[in-house]
Amino acid sequence: METEKQEYVDFAITARKYKTLLTKKYLNRKPWVNPSAFDIQSIIPGTVLEVFVKEGEIVEEGGPLLILEAMKMQNRIQMPFTARIKKINVEVGSRIPKDSLMIELEEVID
Amino acid sequence: MTLKKNILALRQKKAIVEKGGGDKAIEKQVAMGKMTARDRILALLDANSFHEYDLFVEHEERNFGMDDKVLAGDGVITGTGTIYGAPICIYAQDFTVMGGSLGLKHARKITKIMDHALRMKVPCIGINDSGGARIQEGIGALAGYGEIFYRNTMASGVIPQISVILGPCAGGAVYSPALTDFVFVVENISKMFITGPNVIETVLGEKISQEDLGGARVHAEITGNAHFYALSEMECFEQIKELVSLVPHSNQQKATRVEPKEPNSKKNIENIIPSDPKQPYDVREVILALTDDSKFLEVHELWAANIVIGFGRLNGETIGFVANQPMYLAGVLDCDASDKAARFIRYCDAFNIPIITLEDMPGYLPGVDQEHAGVIRHGAKMLYAYSEATVPKITVILRKAYGGGYIAMNSRHLGADFMLAWPSAEIAVMGPEGAANIIFRKEIMEAEDEDAMRQQKVQEYIEKFANPFVAASKGYIDAVIEPLETRDMLLHALEVSKNKDDYRPAKKHGIPPF
Repeated sequence: METEKQEYVDFAITARKYKTLLTKKYLNRKPWVNPSAFDIQSIIPGTVLEVFVKEGEIVEEGGPLLILEAMKMQNRIQMPFTARIKKINVEVGSRIPKDSLMIELEEVID
Repeated sequence: MTLKKNILALRQKKAIVEKGGGDKAIEKQVAMGKMTARDRILALLDANSFHEYDLFVEHEERNFGMDDKVLAGDGVITGTGTIYGAPICIYAQDFTVMGGSLGLKHARKITKIMDHALRMKVPCIGINDSGGARIQEGIGALAGYGEIFYRNTMASGVIPQISVILGPCAGGAVYSPALTDFVFVVENISKMFITGPNVIETVLGEKISQEDLGGARVHAEITGNAHFYALSEMECFEQIKELVSLVPHSNQQKATRVEPKEPNSKKNIENIIPSDPKQPYDVREVILALTDDSKFLEVHELWAANIVIGFGRLNGETIGFVANQPMYLAGVLDCDASDKAARFIRYCDAFNIPIITLEDMPGYLPGVDQEHAGVIRHGAKMLYAYSEATVPKITVILRKAYGGGYIAMNSRHLGADFMLAWPSAEIAVMGPEGAANIIFRKEIMEAEDEDAMRQQKVQEYIEKFANPFVAASKGYIDAVIEPLETRDMLLHALEVSKNKDDYRPAKKHGIPPF
């Protein structure tokens, strides 16, 4: 096997550290982040066809946010709970990958 | 006189069809750095052993201007031949004929040779080099693929099936290789994907090259779709020949036995493993110190490198090896490693190849990505495969055997026939540090010097439990042996288990977690 020059690193399994090499797949793994309820992320890659809301607007639970076309299906993305639109990171025509942050929400404070 | 004329006519007719897509197309194929389909078959098989079937088959499509198109052999060459004297069936898609596209007749040539292989109980080798379904034939092409997949499944576990990807293999076409036992790829030549870069870019806007999406290296290292990776077609053919010489040619035969040879590894088996369980080494050196002539054909060398699988010989007979690899990820079990080992174990079991397991692993890989990727489901495949296997199963614990991994790596409890351990073995529920922290939590917390107390308790645990003798005292280990005795012990174990007969309850089939 062609082994590229790699350094042995400390690798912790339970309470002990082992000297070992890391695989490319392990090095490239995505660290997990706790998703915030205020982040509207794409669950599938696709194209934004329409955006129904503006920044600063308060939208009721169930209200339409945008249409994300993926796999020839027009997915209507809805408001998960009543909140204010803090920031919109996409525009009509945006082609976005999976898990991209489309809309940020903030709490409505009376 | 007339017969002579007919013979000449036959020769002329053959010469034309054997040219495939013609000189220009052949030139293009060569310019892409690829051999022609016919040259590939001739290079792989024993000299003068290839006999072609269905050379004169023609397609029957009448739509889209296909009625006046003549496609030599309908874009695929099929036949029989020998490798090291043993008969095999083979087909090779011819990219020079309409891009090697698969139409109904093309597929029927393939299914015919597959049926032949299954009836004759000989291995079937498929060389893939095709642009995909012949769109003009519409659903006829889909039918063709389906009929191939069905036969791949029927032949699975009966005869060895080998797929060689020497060009594009895209869309539905990828599923035939995926159903076969071993997939070979070659750098810069093999391309495999369900949807290609163009579709991905149009639909999703993701830009990626064919090579980065589904090139040889990607499938050998990232996806695990490919079992063998070579830098040239000729190297690939050598790998195929070696594999074909090592495996039984049907589930009712044994692999050809060769003259036994002592290992000639330069490394003393006693000096390979560092005594510090935290230090790495290459477990393949242990395998080479055990096998005949120190030869080992590794399968899936690049993918899930934290476990090593492959074939070697002991006393001239083919053996399947499964070994944790401390050099990568400390030799942990994870989703990919379990997947990789489980399928290999089932291959060995299907073809009556005894399995030797070399164990040195600290447990399962912790991490959110592993848990969310289904390490429970994947890990279970390994338990299933070992438990289900009825071939002789021998385990040698070299060093660490902790926790769930100890059970998974062909333990006595899953039906191992022989459980051997080196004196360096540590068989315990977890590593000493972790165990001491839990068992002696109170003592450690109440001590004036917590660290000193922890050290003392870890040391106590190591002395009492980090050894093979606790397991040996319960009969879970049959013998604690010196490393130098290992080969003799393995030869003996194989001798003893020659007529092994293992009971399994009658069932249609089990339901493994795949």
